[in-house]
Amino acid sequence: MLQDQDRIFTNIYGFDDPFLAGARSRGDWDGTKDILAKGREWIVEEIKNSGLRGRGGAGFGTGLKWSFMPKESDGRPHYLVVNADEGEPGTCKDREIMRHDPHKLVEGCLVAGFGMGAHAAYIYVRGEFYRETEALQRAVDEAYDAGLLGDDACGSGWKMDVHVHRGAGAYICGEETALIESLEGKKGQPRLKPPFPANAGLYGCPTTVNNVESIAVAPEILRRGADWFAGFGRQNNTGTKLFNISGHVEQPCTVEEEMSIPLKTLIEKHAGGVLGGWDNLLAVIPGGASVPVIPKSICDNVLMDFDALREVQSGLGTAAVMVMDKSTDIIQAIARLSAFYKHESCGQCTPCREGTGWMMRVMNRMVAGDASLEEIDILDEVTRQVEGHTICALGDAAAWPIQGLIRHFRDEIEDRIRKRGGAAQAAE
Amino acid sequence: MSAPRGTPPDIPQPESFSFDPEVLEAAEAIIAKYPEGRQASAVLPLLDLAQRQHDGWLPRAAMNYVAGMLDMAPIRVYEVATFYTMYNLSPVGENHVQVCTNLPCWLRGSSRVAEACERVLGIGMGETTEDGKFTLSEVECLGACVNAPMVQINDDYYEDLDASSTETILTELKSGETPKTGSRIGRRSCEPIGGLTSLTGDGEAGD
Repeated sequence: MLQDQDRIFTNIYGFDDPFLAGARSRGDWDGTKDILAKGREWIVEEIKNSGLRGRGGAGFGTGLKWSFMPKESDGRPHYLVVNADEGEPGTCKDREIMRHDPHKLVEGCLVAGFGMGAHAAYIYVRGEFYRETEALQRAVDEAYDAGLLGDDACGSGWKMDVHVHRGAGAYICGEETALIESLEGKKGQPRLKPPFPANAGLYGCPTTVNNVESIAVAPEILRRGADWFAGFGRQNNTGTKLFNISGHVEQPCTVEEEMSIPLKTLIEKHAGGVLGGWDNLLAVIPGGASVPVIPKSICDNVLMDFDALREVQSGLGTAAVMVMDKSTDIIQAIARLSAFYKHESCGQCTPCREGTGWMMRVMNRMVAGDASLEEIDILDEVTRQVEGHTICALGDAAAWPIQGLIRHFRDEIEDRIRKRGGAAQAAE
Repeated sequence: MSAPRGTPPDIPQPESFSFDPEVLEAAEAIIAKYPEGRQASAVLPLLDLAQRQHDGWLPRAAMNYVAGMLDMAPIRVYEVATFYTMYNLSPVGENHVQVCTNLPCWLRGSSRVAEACERVLGIGMGETTEDGKFTLSEVECLGACVNAPMVQINDDYYEDLDASSTETILTELKSGETPKTGSRIGRRSCEPIGGLTSLTGDGEAGD
């Protein structure tokens, strides 16, 4: 169990002053100049050695991602883009960082920007987070006024600008290339990769897109050392992590815990347990809407990390844990997510544009039992035709929840179809 | 489901639009955030400014005005305005009540919150009250899932709701009062309601 002294986000609940004076008292902006003095390569190596994996869902090594940026500029500027378009259902961690601990993110922009040779960072915040944008902008303004950002950031000689940019309502802009398109002033439609953003991103320049939490933990890792961060969690799944626990628990909450904590411990220790007790648990979606649901039998023992959840055919995603007790209509729950993906498909790729609508309509019939048993396999097959056949991962994200449902709750779907069939016959 | 909102053809459109002086100043500060020649990057925030100035919705004239200011073809601005859900292409009520019904909110009773909104306001989803005070919409995840169920009204979030607290908020708005934002069950923010399980201040907090 993580101790308070090892927590990075010590004001995540907002009980203390979120702004500069409070942030400094919590250790932010302490020795930032010395960190930068150790050099760009040292920063990237240290982040690599910490084992930090991207906190936005995909879990790609953060230090490795930074190392893809060109070592020398070819004349084009480098950009850091921070993905604060938090919209994955179940996920509400970056919101708390921006409104309660915004200086961690602002300082992170400086050290990460320096680490990749960028003089400018854009933080793309989802448009609905109006108050969060205000808090973040205030922190940025404070940092400029205190000389922590600007032409000579922290007295390091490095010029660093940080700009806050508000989106306008589109889940797809959380996809990194769609976010870049949107930041350029276009519809948020993903780009084909390659070229990868590190070669041609924002305005065609070398760009790295990182999640808010990935950037916000960087200064503390650099201050305390890679070994400290790597000391938490299992190998290849290191560090501390913000978890959001929602749904059928006694006390829904956000908490920073050690990676690889058992799911059951996380729920019982911090969220007060499942409503009606652990035995009343039906299933959990452990990492935001995009990852497959896991039934209680798996929840009993699974660890909350990238590899453990992958082994049970799900994923850590954004570590947004959605808990469903036995009162849940699990088919309707997944159908709701299908409606979400249908709504959010950008319409660029045919398998996703047509597939999400088709899957939603079939899922809605499955909720009513108004289907034939053979259609379960057809539905599964269609999810596999969408998966992997689109420019971005939204197609996969729409497919996986349904695949998880069929994998673990096929009986439930069949029962409902049989009952409806029986009722229809009785009515005749 | 709320669909991307198109412009109904029968909406009366104003002849012209231009930023008020203080809005123009804000717009210029936004444009200055982006490199020279990349001013199109400012289109989202400028459309937002225009919408705020124009009672919460974007007339065609405002889109054309923003296009001119950013040296963009008007069609590129229309494309943006019709892609993102936060742009309203027809008039909305003074209070835009947006109810999240995505999974985490649904699991904790967003259906009852939605029903309470319909009952108290006397309108259905996607409708506006006759006095123009309220528009009601069903929306996707707003990112406050551990404080579910929740609604957004204009720029503010109201969290940890049930039918009764929803009714209180709307009744207060109707009578011109300003309801308290955030959690309605006495939480500071996203901490567990039964007492802190971390950051208790017992040990040394942080570094």
